[in-house]
Amino acid sequence: MFDFYFNLPLWLRLVLQGTAVILVLFPIAAACSMAERKISAWLQGRPGPNRTVPPILAWIPGIGVFQRLGLFQLAADGGKFTFKEDPIPGHVNKFYFVAAPILAMIPALSTIVVVPFGAYFNEAGKLVPIILANLDIGLLAVFAVSSLGVYAVILAGWASNSKYPFLGGVRASAQLISYELSMTLSVLPVFLWINAPGGEGTLSLFRVVELQSGSGFAWDSVWYVFYFPLSAFIFLVALFAETNRQPFDMPESESDLVGGFHTEYGAFKWSLFFVAEYCHMIVGSAVFILLFCGGWNPLPGLPLGDVIHWLSGFASWAAHPLVMGLIGIGIFLGKVFASIFFFMWVRWTLPRFRYDQVMTIGWKKLLPLAIANLIIYTLGIAVLAHLKK
Amino acid sequence: MAVIQVERKPLSFAERTYIPQILGGLKTTFKHLLKPTVTLQYPEQRPEIPKNYRGVPTLVKDPNGREKCVSCQLCEFVCPPKAIRITPGEIPEDSINAHVEKAPQAFDIDMLRCIYCGLCQEVCPEEAIWLQNQFSMSGYTRAEMVNNKAKLYELGGTLPDDHFKWDKKKSAEEHGNAH
Ligand code: SF4
Ligand code: SF4
Repeated sequence: MFDFYFNLPLWLRLVLQGTAVILVLFPIAAACSMAERKISAWLQGRPGPNRTVPPILAWIPGIGVFQRLGLFQLAADGGKFTFKEDPIPGHVNKFYFVAAPILAMIPALSTIVVVPFGAYFNEAGKLVPIILANLDIGLLAVFAVSSLGVYAVILAGWASNSKYPFLGGVRASAQLISYELSMTLSVLPVFLWINAPGGEGTLSLFRVVELQSGSGFAWDSVWYVFYFPLSAFIFLVALFAETNRQPFDMPESESDLVGGFHTEYGAFKWSLFFVAEYCHMIVGSAVFILLFCGGWNPLPGLPLGDVIHWLSGFASWAAHPLVMGLIGIGIFLGKVFASIFFFMWVRWTLPRFRYDQVMTIGWKKLLPLAIANLIIYTLGIAVLAHLKK
Repeated sequence: MAVIQVERKPLSFAERTYIPQILGGLKTTFKHLLKPTVTLQYPEQRPEIPKNYRGVPTLVKDPNGREKCVSCQLCEFVCPPKAIRITPGEIPEDSINAHVEKAPQAFDIDMLRCIYCGLCQEVCPEEAIWLQNQFSMSGYTRAEMVNNKAKLYELGGTLPDDHFKWDKKKSAEEHGNAH
């Protein structure tokens, strides 16, 4: 089966892989809305959605567990979004109004292309990433494509032809540009460190994880969050702002902008915006984990390779690329879910910022911090490189 | 009055980064994650209704099973949103309650209008109408939201009563000292 797959033409394999990834990503993003509701509920001391159950299924004994977990809510939400009447207001620019949610989905789903989810050893014993496209410009691609998402927000705000969505769109653009700067500057030290002079230069996200996969107490076994804590912090704050999550959800702050840029949207179009936001969150957390938290490696100093090595002592099939890939993807997804949980946890902890505060934090706090961070690490790395010589 | 000037302490560096505070907040919210839920699961669990709660107005009977209402229509007149409609009716001669003379033939309270003010209960000379602890009125149509006489008695039931005013009146009449 394995051989059969690898004998398929490349384009077909890519199409299949891409479809598979989207088929996983999209439901996860949709399930996030469920998780959001459940976690909010738990944090607020209430059970959350626990009523929905299809009438026929309700007869099956034991189904009550799924009902109380609210799992059917997902289907109910999906059904509602799909079948509910979706009026287009008369005063909007119809073409752009409809195009905006579709445009929102494109960058959200396409950034995943350069994100590696796991890795396996091939016959030659070389670590191979499980990734749609292992580009050398991986991180740049993520930044470049994901920031296109702001076009959808601006377009939605503008095409709605009403004040609040317009303000939401304007806020979104200002906010995203402001935080994009700090975000990009914050990861530069990491790549300066990786691309030490004399070595092979790369921006690939796979390479970053590979360099965090040392075992034991080796130099390269430490996750970068310990080497670059300030970078990780700035990246995380900027990520919150980039994904429009609380406390930075200026573009849609319902207390002052009704619903912000998606005020005029309903049903499926609205849910596309929502799914896009969660996709951004997933990809953003994935990048954060790859850069700073060791990607698919279970623990600092305990890389995936060692775990597989240890497991294959018990069962030889554990060393099979497929098994290793699945374990790697499992660990990676686990970390992504933990980080999404963190997003939701923060949402119920911090109050929303005021818009001027968002701008102050972005330009007067984070940006100087990121620049200082960059300068200090540049000097440090230069000194280290000098000492090594 | 002595005025005390409170010195506003400048924030320390750690406080100005907000990070310790945010971590503290995260800790607090995480504790709530593990706490049991405090929500009432409404249709299964019912809230504790305090005594004297003013819920849906209902009609009550006395312990002998007699309708207390004498259709004086005071409640109808006093009702601010005009939710009550009463059609007065005679009590037939052969009834054991014939001495009361009047009872409502129809008694409708439109719950879409009622504002639960309790004036009807205040004004009723017979203590026949009570706002009881019934609090969930819902229906699919407007017609369903109008409580007719049968429904009102069903909701109201019987309340303890030690006056038995009409019975006393009847026995007084029978013993020859009416009024
Ligand atoms: S409670 Fe007030 S509004 Fe309701 S029926 Fe009685 S008098 Fe009318
Ligand atoms: S309920 Fe009371 S106030 Fe209303 S008509 Fe009957 S006796 Fe009169």
